[in-house]
Amino acid sequence: MNTILRLNNLTKKFGPVTAVKDLSFSIEKGNVYGILGPNGSGKSTTLGIVLNVVNKTSGDFQWFDGTQSTHEALKKVGAIIERPNFYPYMTAAQNLKLVCKIKNVSPDKIDEKLDLVGLLDRKDSKFRTFSLGMKQRLAIGSALLNDPEILILDEPTNGLDPQGIHQIREIITRIAADGTTILLASHLLDEVEKVCTHVVIIRKGEKLYSGPVDQMNASFGFFELKAANEEKLLALLHAHPAFGKVIQKGEIITAFLEEPLEPEALNTYLFEKGLTLSQLVKRKESLEEQFLLLTNEMSV
Amino acid sequence: MLRLLNIEYHKLRYSKSSKVLIATYFILITFIALIASIEFKFGGVQFRVADQGIFNFPYIWHFNSYIAAILKLFLAIVIVSMVSNEYSNRTIKQNLIDGLSKKEFIFSKFLTVVSFAFFSTIFLFVVSLILGLSFSDYTEFSIIFSDLEYLLAYFIKLTGFFAFCMFLGILVKRSAFALGFLFVWWILESIARGVMEYKLFRDSNIAENIAQFFPLESMSLLVKEPFSRLNIIQSAATQLGSEFSKDYGVYWYQLLIVMAWIAIFVYLSYFLLKKRDL
Repeated sequence: MNTILRLNNLTKKFGPVTAVKDLSFSIEKGNVYGILGPNGSGKSTTLGIVLNVVNKTSGDFQWFDGTQSTHEALKKVGAIIERPNFYPYMTAAQNLKLVCKIKNVSPDKIDEKLDLVGLLDRKDSKFRTFSLGMKQRLAIGSALLNDPEILILDEPTNGLDPQGIHQIREIITRIAADGTTILLASHLLDEVEKVCTHVVIIRKGEKLYSGPVDQMNASFGFFELKAANEEKLLALLHAHPAFGKVIQKGEIITAFLEEPLEPEALNTYLFEKGLTLSQLVKRKESLEEQFLLLTNEMSV
Repeated sequence: MLRLLNIEYHKLRYSKSSKVLIATYFILITFIALIASIEFKFGGVQFRVADQGIFNFPYIWHFNSYIAAILKLFLAIVIVSMVSNEYSNRTIKQNLIDGLSKKEFIFSKFLTVVSFAFFSTIFLFVVSLILGLSFSDYTEFSIIFSDLEYLLAYFIKLTGFFAFCMFLGILVKRSAFALGFLFVWWILESIARGVMEYKLFRDSNIAENIAQFFPLESMSLLVKEPFSRLNIIQSAATQLGSEFSKDYGVYWYQLLIVMAWIAIFVYLSYFLLKKRDL
């Protein structure tokens, strides 16, 4: 595997406050990562450190194979953190040309990238005339100018209206489809769930989990069941060795699995015991439920 | 190095206010020539400033570098705002994320400072040469090109002043406050100097010896005021029974002091930027 970024025991203190605590994880090529965490959990600080704008207190990080200085490595990275920062008196194209000069890449791709983010017709408008959504899209276009090995986005949909959010998501999905590695920091779970293959969850600067999205919990999912004879159903579920907790909410009975069980097997088991179901659904926890489960587990 | 200059040039060339200030600065330097046209009557005698020898070689080098240095404030505004605007637009953050190192950032600003000083010096040289050739009483080659150390002093003086402005821009992060700080600093220097001169070390030149190490004072000492050197003032003073015996020269140790300040300001700017979380 190709490691793009590796963090080793990274720590950042702002006075008495520890914003990032002993954080270690690595980013492999080709995956789409989400950094999840509530506001103020240290996501932006972590990104700030690896992007050379925040000084670390201890620990270290390594871009690519670690042979280049951080600022040289950053020329192969595309990143936007927080709000889009450009020169207000320059046009979109002039701003991007400046980025090309800093990154030492040819300005040929400016039109192509402006087109990708849907701003080609506004290329000669001054940046200060842009709406927030356009600014954010320009920032993504700018981050893509060098065809980066990794695209880092920090809260890319923050403060945008629904259309803006939708546009940004579409762009991200399109970029991810091209095979670009993406690191997306967000507190919006459905956003991460929609595009990410891997997640890093942090809270109060500490890592709670890092790995593929579907392995986040050692959970086998749960069944949502409905039957005319509720008492019998409950009794049968309690008698079955695969089930742990069983909750009744209105007409629906939710039964959590403690070992793998297929719906067919359950249906056969219940039918053999003389019970017919009117509803049988097997589900896995959504990212939000998993996230809450995980953060609660850790806080106990 | 060219890449860094190119980046800074790109940032400046689209900024309308910077362009206006830079243009004003260079136009005002050429307006020194207008002094030549000042004429007035003094007790029935026609008095022409240009005839009083201010455009004589080599005195003109001294006179013009002194006058032109007053205008440096225009470029100071440009420099302070080009540094502090990077903070207020938060573009410094984006520059660093895009792959500019902190060292390169400071170096690109300093290169701009040096090129401003350099182009001012070249421009002043050309303007003075033209003025001198049209008004000077002496136009021998050896006289024209004597006393050129004033231009070197002018160059170092501007570089020092602009480096100070750059440092203030990085320190204060807001252009208006940085310029205010510059003014406050100037007052502080004057007060410190005054206290030393009239309270602490009366009747000795210790105060002067200490004050020459102050940043703004050391810069102003590089090109001293040229007016008392004029013939007309000198003769007037002699008639009044007093004598000016002032040293107008440019000394290597004065240049060295300012160069030390330049190094300090650039290093401090880098140090501040390195330590700060953006």
